[in-house]
Amino acid sequence: MLRYVVNRVLLAIPTLIGVAVVTFFMLRVVPGDIVEIKLRGDGGNVSREVIEQERERLGLNKPLVIQFVDWMKGLVTLDLGRSMWTGNPVSEEIGSRLELSLQVAVMAAVIAVLIAIPLGTLSALYRDTAVDYVIRIVTIAGLAVPSFWLGMLIILGLLWAFNWLPPLTYTPFYVDPIANLSQLIWPALAVGYRYSAVVARMVRSSIVEVMREDYIRTARAKGVFERLVVARHAMKNAMLPAITVIGLEFAFLIGGLVVTEQVFNLNGIGRLFVQAVSRNDFMLIQSLVMLIAVVFILVNLVVDLLYAALDPRIRYR
Amino acid sequence: MRQAGTAQPTPRSGDPAAHSDDRFLLEVQDLHVHFETSRGVVRAVEGISYAIRAGEIVALVGESGCGKSVSALSIMRLLSKPAGRIVGGRILFEGRDLLGLSDEEMRAIRGREIAMIFQEPMTSLNPVMSIGRQLMEPLQIHLGMSGEEARERAKELLGLVGITDAERRLDQYPHQFSGGMRQRVMIAIGLACNPKLIIADEPTTALDVTIQAQILELMRDLSRRLNIALLVITHNLGIVARYAHRVNVMYAARIVEEGTAEEIFGAPRHPYTIGLLRSVPRLDRPRSEKLETIEGLPPNLLDPPKTCRFAPRCPYRIANCDIDPSLFDTEHPEHRSACHRWRELASLAGAPRTVPAEAAERALADETLPALAVEGLTKHFEVSAKGFAGGKAVVRAVEDVSFSIAPGTTLGLVGESGCGKTTVGRLILRLEEATSGRIAFEGRDLAGASGAELKRLRTRIQVIFQDPFSSLNPRMTVGQIIAEPMRVHGIADKRRAGERVAELLTQVGLYPYMAERYPHQLSGGQRQRVGIARALAMNPSFIVCDEPVSALDVSIQGQIINLLEELQERLGLTYLFIAHDLAVVRHISHRVVVMYLGRVMEIADREELYAKPLHPYTRALLDAAPVPDPVIERTRAPRALKGELPSPLNPPQGCVFHTRCPLAIDACRAGVPALEELRPNHFVACIRAKESLGRNEACSGPAPS
Repeated sequence: MLRYVVNRVLLAIPTLIGVAVVTFFMLRVVPGDIVEIKLRGDGGNVSREVIEQERERLGLNKPLVIQFVDWMKGLVTLDLGRSMWTGNPVSEEIGSRLELSLQVAVMAAVIAVLIAIPLGTLSALYRDTAVDYVIRIVTIAGLAVPSFWLGMLIILGLLWAFNWLPPLTYTPFYVDPIANLSQLIWPALAVGYRYSAVVARMVRSSIVEVMREDYIRTARAKGVFERLVVARHAMKNAMLPAITVIGLEFAFLIGGLVVTEQVFNLNGIGRLFVQAVSRNDFMLIQSLVMLIAVVFILVNLVVDLLYAALDPRIRYR
Repeated sequence: MRQAGTAQPTPRSGDPAAHSDDRFLLEVQDLHVHFETSRGVVRAVEGISYAIRAGEIVALVGESGCGKSVSALSIMRLLSKPAGRIVGGRILFEGRDLLGLSDEEMRAIRGREIAMIFQEPMTSLNPVMSIGRQLMEPLQIHLGMSGEEARERAKELLGLVGITDAERRLDQYPHQFSGGMRQRVMIAIGLACNPKLIIADEPTTALDVTIQAQILELMRDLSRRLNIALLVITHNLGIVARYAHRVNVMYAARIVEEGTAEEIFGAPRHPYTIGLLRSVPRLDRPRSEKLETIEGLPPNLLDPPKTCRFAPRCPYRIANCDIDPSLFDTEHPEHRSACHRWRELASLAGAPRTVPAEAAERALADETLPALAVEGLTKHFEVSAKGFAGGKAVVRAVEDVSFSIAPGTTLGLVGESGCGKTTVGRLILRLEEATSGRIAFEGRDLAGASGAELKRLRTRIQVIFQDPFSSLNPRMTVGQIIAEPMRVHGIADKRRAGERVAELLTQVGLYPYMAERYPHQLSGGQRQRVGIARALAMNPSFIVCDEPVSALDVSIQGQIINLLEELQERLGLTYLFIAHDLAVVRHISHRVVVMYLGRVMEIADREELYAKPLHPYTRALLDAAPVPDPVIERTRAPRALKGELPSPLNPPQGCVFHTRCPLAIDACRAGVPALEELRPNHFVACIRAKESLGRNEACSGPAPS
């Protein structure tokens, strides 16, 4: 088991190197760089020398390969470099926002799972009845409604009902849990609705499938209570495909919340990403892409380990 | 609601045993089951009645789609909802009508009073629950046992069904058990609460013959010892002959004949039963030249004929058969038949046509160049463990196999699952590359052939697959499927191809207009005919038939076997016939190779092999194969072959069969026995057979080349 995890982590290294190479060179293929945006962005007239100086300061005048090697050296020593725009260490820029994004993602995932599993199960068990139709309409709506729009509705509703607007600054959970939760629960709900819709549809279809399996018939033939047939025999089998979807959606939420963060005035990874891209802040973009790649790899590893925990046929060596 | 007056069973007045209903444990009375489909209502079961006494073994026999499984699921009230509905009849269990019970009352009976064992041991156990928990579940639910008590009892139950090392086995999961072992677990679950009745739906269909014999023996033994009634549902008449007291034969949603096993097998009174008995090749009778078959197909239950349902396929049809017959009493009590002519049938049908095989067998002379010769064929698969440092394991699928096939003859390749027979077929087709060994086709080396040479040889070697359902592309018409090889090899333009397709369809007993149809519009037998037509399209001289009839119903099986033989006669084809059914192999083959765990155990001409088998494995196989004759079956000793098939990952040292062999001695473990010619043209790989045959008879020689 431990060996399997080590194996998987080692196998992630070539993937990450690939991601690094592609991101690094793709960024530099695109014309324009941060210096031009920074110094000439407002239409100001800046002399060539100043621009060259700035480029030299940021190391942008070195050959590409050297730049890449420098970046790699940094990564290996866990030094992500400094933002080319603010000059702050990249790890700081990301760190402060990752906390927020991670919390929203976790809350959204919890909300989604809490809603999706009962809804999907009910929908499957009462297939083609009124219950099923209602649930299917609710979940289809979840897929169709953009979460930022839902977010705007939530804000309007809060304003109308409680005359309350989301605060402008982020309060960490350990500083004031109540303030923190009351701020983040709304974006988590807005995102979690869509998330739950995706998962509920997966749960529904996999339970429908599992309920047709021979071992469900065996369980019934043994005289197992129908409740237990579902809870004990069907659920564990049906959860396997659902877990994949839960994992992938979760990974997507880290960094995928651009518009929702905007709506709720949250300074998260998504917003940072947009800023970095619009400023051509190469160092920051590179690190963010790497971060998201790492998140995907980790989530997939966790999903695979959960699979092994649930399904005895899968044993990792 | 019901079709007026159709096949109401005659009152049981003529039957002294039936007067008191309370003598029956289970009584199914006039059961009707409907399935709603998009194309209309399928009347899956129409007015069937049967009964089982305590401790009795009753069989329900019929082909796929005749309603036998549906009637069993109806007893348990486990029909798939909402499509299946019981629309009429009564199911009395100890006098209580199961159809009138509430869901909760019915649940309390399932697993407690009536247990059920299903066909597919591989899918019938929950893959993510330990065997122990699955066994303990009914004990805790029905008998209110504590976890500890249930575990003790579960251990006992595993012992009862012959699984050793119960303590450890309880914590294992289904995938760690073989098919036969899983079926034992299913039986243990069935036995858990001491039920009065066990319904076994095709309990051994998915298992190998030697394992099938073990399971059947176990079930009969338990039924006797614990006085449990068994309702066995099967399509295999052989199984029924040995074990059942009474037999009900179903056809197209009705029971067409019922009676004791002796009566049904000895003096069948319905043309369908007679047809079923005669269309299976039999090991207990001399081989007949041609199988008798039931022509045609069973009726569509969406719109069954108003006449006798069997009339369209019946060879003894008369005008009176337009009237749907009821179940008539015959002269023998408890024997009833739904045939107007049951009285005359005995004389009409006569003795089974056993046209003895011609004395002049096709010459298997050595001087002719064999159509195909295989020498030292070996195939190892490497299975790697995951990850960086995972070791590699080798599956020895085929190990040093040699045989040759004379032109225009059939070589049968028999063995149980995992013996490597299918891999041999795939190696010959070059769908797999051999690890070592030579394959010579018409004198040319196939293994070394490449490019254009291989492409040319491929047109001469074709294949027919086992599963007619999955081996035809569902999105292509029959015409396109058959024409595809011609198109691939670019030998026919569109118009010529069309003509050839029509010709081929006629050749395999289909109609040219069927070229426009899609595979799902055909029956299983018709699809297999399309598969044969596709194989014939390139005018091959050699066809690998990989279990071509094992997925088909018995009445269809005979038709396909006859077709293959006719084509061989007419086109001079050579077949490699891969199968697990010994009777079918005997019928069609001229020479037979018996394989076990990748190695050849015995090679001999058909008559020689079946009359004088020398290898203990061949004997065990022949012994385990059931024969549809209760008189023979009941006098046979219990089948001896013990144990499970070893894993090909880790085959036994020395003779691979020694772990299960009743004759094994220490020397068997020492070395792999060579394949030696112990009798003329009869090769055996067994030191014990060599010993017992004596020196004077044995003329040892090298393996055939």
